Amino acid sequence: MAETARQSFDPLATGSRSRQLRARTIVYALLGFFALLYLSPLLIILMNSYRPLAEIVREGFISGPETMSWRYWGEAWGSFCLGGSCEGVSRYFYNTLVMTVPATILSTAFGVVNGYVLSKWRFRHDTWVFGLITLGVFLPAQMTLLPWAFVLGKIGLSNSLAGLVLVHTVQGISFTTLFCRNYFVAVPDDLIKAARIDGAGFWRIFRRIMLPLSPPILIVCVIWQFTGIWNEFLYGAVLTSGANQPITSAIVAFSGSGTGERHYNVEAAAVIFAALPPLFIYLIGGKYFVRGLTSGAVK
Amino acid sequence: MQPLLGARLSRWTPQLVLVPTLAAAFVYVVVFSVWTLWISVSQSTLLPNMAYGGFGEYAALWQSKRWIVSYQNLFLFGALYVLGSLFVGTLLAILIDQRVRFESVWRTIFLYPLAISFIVTGTVWRWIFHPQTGVERALSDMGWLSANVDWITDRDMALYVVVFTGIWHASGFAMALILAGLRSVDGDLIKAAQIDGASMPRIYRCVVLPTIWPIFVAVTVVLLQFAIKTYDLVVALTQGGPGVATTVPAIVVYDLMFERGQIAQGAAAAVMILAALAIVLVPYVVWTSWRDRKQGAAHG
Repeated sequence: MAETARQSFDPLATGSRSRQLRARTIVYALLGFFALLYLSPLLIILMNSYRPLAEIVREGFISGPETMSWRYWGEAWGSFCLGGSCEGVSRYFYNTLVMTVPATILSTAFGVVNGYVLSKWRFRHDTWVFGLITLGVFLPAQMTLLPWAFVLGKIGLSNSLAGLVLVHTVQGISFTTLFCRNYFVAVPDDLIKAARIDGAGFWRIFRRIMLPLSPPILIVCVIWQFTGIWNEFLYGAVLTSGANQPITSAIVAFSGSGTGERHYNVEAAAVIFAALPPLFIYLIGGKYFVRGLTSGAVK
Repeated sequence: MQPLLGARLSRWTPQLVLVPTLAAAFVYVVVFSVWTLWISVSQSTLLPNMAYGGFGEYAALWQSKRWIVSYQNLFLFGALYVLGSLFVGTLLAILIDQRVRFESVWRTIFLYPLAISFIVTGTVWRWIFHPQTGVERALSDMGWLSANVDWITDRDMALYVVVFTGIWHASGFAMALILAGLRSVDGDLIKAAQIDGASMPRIYRCVVLPTIWPIFVAVTVVLLQFAIKTYDLVVALTQGGPGVATTVPAIVVYDLMFERGQIAQGAAAAVMILAALAIVLVPYVVWTSWRDRKQGAAHG
């Protein structure tokens, strides 16, 4: 593979010894500098979720904790008052979870089957069908806000999580179909042809041949959809309100509630709750996350 | 009769399976777009009124100071955000390409911002840039009393804070794609340049980077798309302020549609966002399909 082709080439092992050492130092120093820059927001937010408010107000955000307490995590999760109710962000966390999981599963399931049809059961004008579906990837949300609000109102799903599940499923199918179709194109057609000669039908080939080959692209779809839907803000802000809002809206409401004292430590903990699930998914599936990026962007 | 019908149905299974998706995509892409387009030329105000009203809302939009500022902001933000992310991404990719130890750790660190929402990103950086709580405070506590880092509340500097935060979020993405590109460059090419006595920086500048230019185009297109759609990041970071200093088109759309009750003008603004996307994407799609066809012809 490409990796082995580069084996023989190690730029840091060229030149004299002192030159090698200098080059190596520069490389690691730069990497270290950027790593610090990238990690600092995470460290700062973590630190401040443990510090008492008085200490934050006295010393600012960028300062080590003198006294630490887990209390603010509990407050942020269960008892902090936000938008009239005192349930913390737990309610909005559940909202997002209830919206994200079904939308992820549905859009991935549709995407796999669509990708299978569009790559292995070609028909007349199928590229137009594929083109129409993938246009959904690029369509800006602003073009669909008013129609969605109208449609969800008509079918009785306005201000509901079910409505958001519908919106994210429809939008998500564009992505998953694109991913899966481009992945399945690489499966040799002869495999399908042989199975058809043996009398296997559409679903049998799907179950016996395509599904066993799919796990890598399934993981890509799930990771991509889960993080994308979990982190989404605009649809949630426009199509839901109050107790039905997802966690991203709750975080914005937190900083918007300008009355009285800002509880930075509780806010910091709430922000961590909002960031944790996609971060966790990213850390366990990082390789597939990158693969999703490359296949989504370059193809 | 039954098996015959079954056989006929099964012949159409592939197309039938696509029907729900096709219907949804048609409604979502075509009907919704036409709908919004129509609203933009209708007489709608607070509520939709589908009677034709002409292109007056477009004219009004382009005469509003706020919209013009937001479009200018989009150009400046988009350009700096894309160039900055490409620059930092290329630098990081080259550094990681030097067969460093713990490669996957570095990559994980540089890419993790992409997994975090713009809302969280904006919220955290707002605190860091806030004069009373963030960097300025920390610097003055350390003894640098005249430290002046109140960019986020400064009309002339706030947009650069948005650019910086955007680069922090997206440069890992550029790095991942460029690194994949660097790894695909033929090793013999580099060895040949080395034998010719070229230095490392020169090899990258003159041999490696030019061969992966299609990747730079792809990353640019994706990032421009992000830039045009930018909304959440600005909402969480500056809410478009101070004043209108960091207002972007997507914020104007939201305001017109849902705060000011001018949905026709809001729809017109949304159409302008679509137009901006089309200006970026249509040439790219034409170019890639042309390139694919050329490659296909070369192979066949």
